[in-house]
Amino acid sequence: MQLTQRLFMCAALAACFGVPARAMAQQQDTTRGVRIGLTYQPGTKPGVVVFPVNGPGGDSLQAIVQRDFDYGDRIEVIGGDAIQQTAKQQAAKNAIDFKVWKALSAAAVVQISVMGSTAHVNVYDVAAKKVAASHDVQVSGSPTAEDWRMSVHAMADQIEQWITGVHGIAATRILYVRGNRIYVIDSDGYGEHPVSEPGTVLAPAWSPDGHTIAYSELVKGGWNVVIRDLATGREHSVTATPGGLNITPAFSPDGQSLCYSHGEENGTDLYMVSASGTGAARRVTVGRGTDNVSPTFSPDGARLAFTSGRAGHPEVYTSDADGSNVALLTPFNFGDQNYRSNPDWSPDGRLIAFQSQLDGRFQIMTITLRDQTVKQLTSEGINEDPTWAPDGRHLAFTSSRTGVKEIFVLDAESGRARQLTHDPGARLAAWSHSTSAP
Amino acid sequence: MTGKTRLLPFLLLAVSAAVACSHKPPATTPTPAPGPNQDSINAENARRDSIARAEAARRDSIARAQADADKLRNARDAATKALTQVIYFDFDSDALKDDARSSLDAKITILNSTPGVKLRVAGNTDERGSDEYNLALGQRRAAAAKRYLTDHGITADRIDIISYGEERPVATGHDESSWSQNRRDEFEITAGADQIKGAP
Repeated sequence: MQLTQRLFMCAALAACFGVPARAMAQQQDTTRGVRIGLTYQPGTKPGVVVFPVNGPGGDSLQAIVQRDFDYGDRIEVIGGDAIQQTAKQQAAKNAIDFKVWKALSAAAVVQISVMGSTAHVNVYDVAAKKVAASHDVQVSGSPTAEDWRMSVHAMADQIEQWITGVHGIAATRILYVRGNRIYVIDSDGYGEHPVSEPGTVLAPAWSPDGHTIAYSELVKGGWNVVIRDLATGREHSVTATPGGLNITPAFSPDGQSLCYSHGEENGTDLYMVSASGTGAARRVTVGRGTDNVSPTFSPDGARLAFTSGRAGHPEVYTSDADGSNVALLTPFNFGDQNYRSNPDWSPDGRLIAFQSQLDGRFQIMTITLRDQTVKQLTSEGINEDPTWAPDGRHLAFTSSRTGVKEIFVLDAESGRARQLTHDPGARLAAWSHSTSAP
Repeated sequence: MTGKTRLLPFLLLAVSAAVACSHKPPATTPTPAPGPNQDSINAENARRDSIARAEAARRDSIARAQADADKLRNARDAATKALTQVIYFDFDSDALKDDARSSLDAKITILNSTPGVKLRVAGNTDERGSDEYNLALGQRRAAAAKRYLTDHGITADRIDIISYGEERPVATGHDESSWSQNRRDEFEITAGADQIKGAP
């Protein structure tokens, strides 16, 4: 935000001293390496001005859309009071002065007006001086309606797609554990509420359609995998493998199966059961007394990654979904006490995020499946349990960087991090699939 | 009210008269009692002695029973303590260390003499590993203790296991002195506690 304000000052100064705005913009291009047209290219961020919004909830609607763009890390929101004043004047005259926005290095101008539950969205291409996209989008009733914010997020995600070519991730939610409950929170940190009964609960997971969650709960005789319908609150346990450990559930991408870990006295192995949790379970791993936990499906559902202690201490392995073709994914040195665990397969299938101990402290890393290139993403505090956003670019994880455990969101590309939860003890995040994907 | 206060002086008079009477010697002297008979004295002494002896014996037996009960309770406490004594593990390990084995051996001795006793072993970990993997590690630690007990003749249905992972720490610090206390198996007596009498 400061940058854009400074930019605006520069542009204003340039105008005063007669420096050609174009030259100024080009200079900024070279120093910042951003600002292009409407075609999104990795590593670049088009500048976008969101005009003040007319209609019910206009002001907060504009604020939500701007924040969604900002949190998406693909768009540079050009804001500030002076800019909004100019935008307001142009909107009142119903005449967009592209010269002004070009001088501010804006690639696009977004104009939204709300009539009832319909939002009319115009996206202007500043360079081409014309409308690039014009659509009606449905928003859910009034700003006081429960699902209104989510419908505005969905609109922001759609606009992001028109501008950058990539669908946004604002209309998503994140599950996590705090104290004795599973909670859900919107991707922008709003709307937090518990979605489980009080108990000792761990390891929440989303079904692909976002209607159902699964998690593990401590009961009298051990741990159960509980499946809960979010709308009705109705829940039941997976009964295929009664007693002992039943933990770390993960739904398959087609929503048909549930993979989880079951352990009794001879180690803990992965099992596969129907997504409803009923019927018999099929054993997936043969750990021979070792521990095999935390499964994650490849996006096509054909493969699994999981944590296994079969080599003496925990590492990340991959296998086919039926358990065959097991391969060690994370490299380790023999005798190394540090270990690697908690894989999460990226939605584009290229990467697996995991946690890796450095001198006993976990950090978030990614590894490419093609050539096993490891990249470290965090270094501050202890960082654990990564979960990918549907854009395959952002990750949520548990971090102790503030001194207590909270969920943070990281843009793996830019390294920018923000704190999502603000009550101590939040952990074990799970990011939903997009609720607004086309 | 007024009636009562009027009566009071008469009452006082009556009381003082009664007190004066009691100080008077008896008007008639009773017939003297016959002199003590030696036999009856002996009998009475014997009776007293026997009561004293019985009382002493009763006191002794109470003290003895008390001591026996104390001894029994101490033995039972010691046996309970041995049965529920916590065992500890190294980082990321379910291997039973020497002191864990001797603790389990002591449990086996007691379990052999108390066939009705059942135990629940709860495996726990320190906070350092993965929250999820630690559940499996805790399970493995509990299973290791159960396996040792069953390998030494304790029937499997007397031992059940559960894992709490890192969810139930006894020490909440973030250093080895806390971690080492948390990497543990706890033992809970779930049945037959009344059978425990201590080492024979």
